[in-house]
Amino acid sequence: MAALLEVANVSKNFSGLRAVADVTFAVPEGAIFAVIGPNGAGKTTLFNLIAGVFAPDAGEIAFNGVRIDGQPPDEICRRGIGRTFQIVRPFPGLSVEENVTIGALLRQPDPAAAMRRAHEILWRLDLFDKRRHLAGALTLPDRKRLEVARALATEPKLLLLDEVMAGLRPTETDRMVDILKMLNKESGLTILLIEHVMRAVMSVATRVLVLHHGAAIAEGTPDAVVRDPAVVASYLGAEAV
Amino acid sequence: MIARLLHGVPRHALLLLAGLLAILVAAPIFADDYLVTVLILILYFAYTGQAWNILMGFAGQLSLGHALFVGLGAYTSAALYVHFGIGPWIGMPVAILISVACGAIIGFLAFRFGVGGVYFAILTIAFCEFTRIGFDHFDWVAGSSGLFLPVANYTRNDLINLRGQPVMFYYVILALTVAAFVMCHALLRSRVGYYWQAIREDEAAARSLGISTFRYKMIAIVISSGMTAPAGVFYAFYYNNLFPEQTFFILRSIEIILGPIIGGVGTLFGPVIGAFLLTGLSEALQELLTAYGLDTPGAKRVFYGVCLLVVVMVLPNGIWPPIARLLRLDRRETPET
Repeated sequence: MAALLEVANVSKNFSGLRAVADVTFAVPEGAIFAVIGPNGAGKTTLFNLIAGVFAPDAGEIAFNGVRIDGQPPDEICRRGIGRTFQIVRPFPGLSVEENVTIGALLRQPDPAAAMRRAHEILWRLDLFDKRRHLAGALTLPDRKRLEVARALATEPKLLLLDEVMAGLRPTETDRMVDILKMLNKESGLTILLIEHVMRAVMSVATRVLVLHHGAAIAEGTPDAVVRDPAVVASYLGAEAV
Repeated sequence: MIARLLHGVPRHALLLLAGLLAILVAAPIFADDYLVTVLILILYFAYTGQAWNILMGFAGQLSLGHALFVGLGAYTSAALYVHFGIGPWIGMPVAILISVACGAIIGFLAFRFGVGGVYFAILTIAFCEFTRIGFDHFDWVAGSSGLFLPVANYTRNDLINLRGQPVMFYYVILALTVAAFVMCHALLRSRVGYYWQAIREDEAAARSLGISTFRYKMIAIVISSGMTAPAGVFYAFYYNNLFPEQTFFILRSIEIILGPIIGGVGTLFGPVIGAFLLTGLSEALQELLTAYGLDTPGAKRVFYGVCLLVVVMVLPNGIWPPIARLLRLDRRETPET
């Protein structure tokens, strides 16, 4: 499988603090790739480098063989990378269907067609019945699925999910895992997820990268990674032993 | 085109609109001269409020200097008329162009360099203020001594040169207001309208969906400033005199935004309802006080203040949203919790 996303020797400093240090990895097309690590490991910074929020201080990021590092977030999206936010950011004063329609307008400039596309996506994510609800009035699990729906509406080749399971109850987490697996299987969507919830990562990811203090310390299948002594020591700690 | 505009609009909303329009069209038959001038004022604020609402209500960029675009429209058309005898309908496109150019400069400076929120508001005030000071010393338009349009006692209405009686001005501003309403309705349902609302709600999230926020904010200020200019043309030919101290005065900008704020920022009906309520009721109040022989020159301002206070406290989203829910015109639902 060809790599859809290639991150090569990427670093980012915030006034002396090394948030991401020389990280290299590749996400193959069709994979569900997870980035895990303790708090402050640099996961969200890495995510924001890929999504175009920050430009890396060093290194290169390539998508589909084209360099994208330093491009603004809207350009990154137009190239085919959709994202969600760790702290959900729906458009609160708009309805669920309007939220998703705005995403769909990127590829469907006609609002009526974009709305139809939005409805299809809302069906798949179990939000169709709530399509007229104000996004700001939804519960957290619904808002998390709305974020995924809105990002999907931009028809990405790669979907970046930032802690999309955080704050969900186990049953809701399972539901999200099922949705991600379905999307991956049915449309071949490549997913890069940053996650804290190990249970979700173990059941959904095909490959895992572990960050610690901004550096990649292990990469492999979920089973291999959790047995890696360096990972156990730095991240899972006493809890896992 | 029309079918597209009407698509999805509830039938009872159309009936309501048709009824309101019929009343407004027929109003001069029943109304005396005074009432017609009040209605002109109401429609003028409904129009300017609608134009301001595009920038603030739709795209979320607070302008506190919209008097600038009114003033530029007014001075451009008046100067062309006074100096070259060019009529207002030819002056209007020129006025729009100048207004748009100025709006684009403000927009570029602000949006290119990420100036938003109160800082954007201050920038708009600054532009309006230095234009006021500049025009005070701009001899071609008579500076601080004021630019006057020739006035005569008109017995006939000359629509070409906008010279005539209040009733003619009434229909002109009614036509402008209806056109603005229809245009805003169309904009709100277009891709641009959706993108503006996304930017208003959350700019970072909007960018993550591939929206070039700079581009769409520029479109908003260009349309809003261009749409405000005709109100200035109307103002110049209706009042026949222009003073920089009055035209570009910050209070003029505030008057423009009070209607939409009280009616409902970001809604189509907000500017209209707000204008009717504020201007209509404050004029009625003034009449009432005069009838009782009370001389209270500041009553209007106090009334504006009280209205604003009540709305901010009781209906922070304005008067229109609850009415829309009552009339079942709002497609968005807040689920019971």
